[in-house]
Amino acid sequence: MGELRKKAQGLAAKPWFRMPRQPMLRHLSYAAVAVVFLYFLTQKLSAFNDYEVGEIAFYVVALAGLTLLTGVNGQISLGHGGFMAVGGFTLALLVEHTKWNVVPELAIAIVTSALVGALIGIPATRLRGPYLAGMTLMVALGLPYLTNQYDSFFGGDQGLTTPQPIGPASINPEQWLAWIQLACALIVLILLGNLLRSRFGRSFRAVRDDEIAASLAGIHVARTKVIAFMVSAGCAGLAGALLALSAGGVNSAEFPLSISIYLLAGMVIGGTGSLMGVWWGAILIVYLPTSWAPSLANHFHVNSQVSANLAVIIFGLVLVVGMLVAPGGIQGALRWVAVRVGAYFSPDGVPNMKLSLQEAPTDRAVHDSESVTQADKPGV
Amino acid sequence: MQFFLNITLGGIATGMIVAAVALGLVLIFRATNIVNFAQGAMAMMTTYIAYAVLHKGSGYWLAFVVALATGLLFGALTQVVLIRPLQGKSPLNAIIVTFGFLIFLEGLAGAIWGSQTRTFPAPFSEAGQKIGNTQIAFSPFDVFVVLAVLALMILMLVLFRGTDLGLRMRAVAFAPETARLLGVRVRPLLTLGWALSAAAGVLAALLVVPTSSLTPNFMDVILIYGFTAAVVGGLDSPVGALVGGLATGLSLAYVGGYLGGSLEPMAALALVIVSLMIRPEGLFARPAPRRV
Repeated sequence: MGELRKKAQGLAAKPWFRMPRQPMLRHLSYAAVAVVFLYFLTQKLSAFNDYEVGEIAFYVVALAGLTLLTGVNGQISLGHGGFMAVGGFTLALLVEHTKWNVVPELAIAIVTSALVGALIGIPATRLRGPYLAGMTLMVALGLPYLTNQYDSFFGGDQGLTTPQPIGPASINPEQWLAWIQLACALIVLILLGNLLRSRFGRSFRAVRDDEIAASLAGIHVARTKVIAFMVSAGCAGLAGALLALSAGGVNSAEFPLSISIYLLAGMVIGGTGSLMGVWWGAILIVYLPTSWAPSLANHFHVNSQVSANLAVIIFGLVLVVGMLVAPGGIQGALRWVAVRVGAYFSPDGVPNMKLSLQEAPTDRAVHDSESVTQADKPGV
Repeated sequence: MQFFLNITLGGIATGMIVAAVALGLVLIFRATNIVNFAQGAMAMMTTYIAYAVLHKGSGYWLAFVVALATGLLFGALTQVVLIRPLQGKSPLNAIIVTFGFLIFLEGLAGAIWGSQTRTFPAPFSEAGQKIGNTQIAFSPFDVFVVLAVLALMILMLVLFRGTDLGLRMRAVAFAPETARLLGVRVRPLLTLGWALSAAAGVLAALLVVPTSSLTPNFMDVILIYGFTAAVVGGLDSPVGALVGGLATGLSLAYVGGYLGGSLEPMAALALVIVSLMIRPEGLFARPAPRRV
């Protein structure tokens, strides 16, 4: 072991490879690695698995937006499924009434849901507290009713159809769709990654940690919160439009409250505020309801009533237990391990502070903003 | 005219139920700055228990009392197990935990009782009354709804304004640290607040279930109406909860009656947006200075 430790210390002292410091370059190089990996993955997998990879991709988009809102800016949305519905229906209406290419349709879906987001976000900034949470919950619960009310426009129970985009003949349609969705996911992650390292990202965090201090530092608090919420709702809209492409159509039953719950649980399990953690969350959202929960139910021979509700119960437990026991999620746990392993191998035996300082602030809102809250409301 | 009158009466009955939900939300928000999104689901679970008691052959009133008592216990237990560990953490954690608990309870209810709808009886006739020659849509059950919620409000008023316990609860809600320094035991009072709030939610559930039928998610929409009422009235004002509840119930009844019932949830959202734009603190809330 001493041998290994010495060797590792030698490596650590003189790294053979260093990621570029410039955020754009660094994020692009991560993305390049991901592109190569995902290309070979989608080639290897069956058409159905490609479809699932595509699903993971659009949940990554939605989760990235949500984790930025909650983990980085300290606001919460219980109804991101509602904004996905806005994006999905926008795309479907454009398909119905125009003959455009899929790219402008996706762009308009993003803009529309960002604008709806602004409509909800602006009044919510007038007060601190749980207003945004309640209002977003209302969006998610109320939207299906709205599409039912105007069913001639939104297609009623049947909904509207969204045909899959057709690629080159040599590539099968599932794979082509998965590539479109993965491309969107990577682009969103690169853009959000850069955003978080920019002036905007810093003001998002400043507002989260202390609104009064942020406004004293010259940050327009309300505007910052609205921008964060619009970015987040826009991501959800894009995800909803991509979901519509996967599903081949949209109707009001396709965006139930459970999607919003899945998203929240996916964010918590991945690690709130972590753009890498969203992949864990997306995998959970895709596989838990359709494959893991049913096989668990099979294994324990429970009746159909229980198995139908098992996924929802597990997601509820993830939210409650995750928040109480492991607010950092999977990414937080990995970071915990990395810091300790790093401490073992580093020459002076102290944790690699650079790593923890760089990474820690992104999820502070959820697990240690005690100082802020206590000053705010002592003793509660 | 008769249509308008009937809608108005229906709106008042709904408004009283919404006011009870809002009162439950306000009780908790005043004391702990948390909106309990699980309140509706907790009341739903209790209503299923009342349903089971009813089907054991006991009368309505026994089921009613059992439901309220279970609700009190459930609220206290929730506070001790789930909410107490969140003390001093970011309010976001509490929102996520109560929302997760909502989902968990709805899944659990679905697993135990299935998702089929059940009918829950009303203690009084739900048929409208004839006064002279005009049929009005205000049944004896609606009278019971109004009286029950009024009784709840009066009980709360007496508790908070007239008793020593109520004074201590108000002190805890207003300035917890100071109250603790003066010898008030803060934690049991917070637990009591959660118990009372859950009971208010259960009352609302029992009043709404005869008209809406029992399913695992029958309280979802009532909860968001209660939230609307609480925002309109001011999230920390019990009087505001009553007025906000009536305002919400009436506005939704007019929207539902004249424009279409499916628009009600969105109308509630519009009401929240408008009231936050015009009077962000709500109608009755005290202005809250923010500590730096």
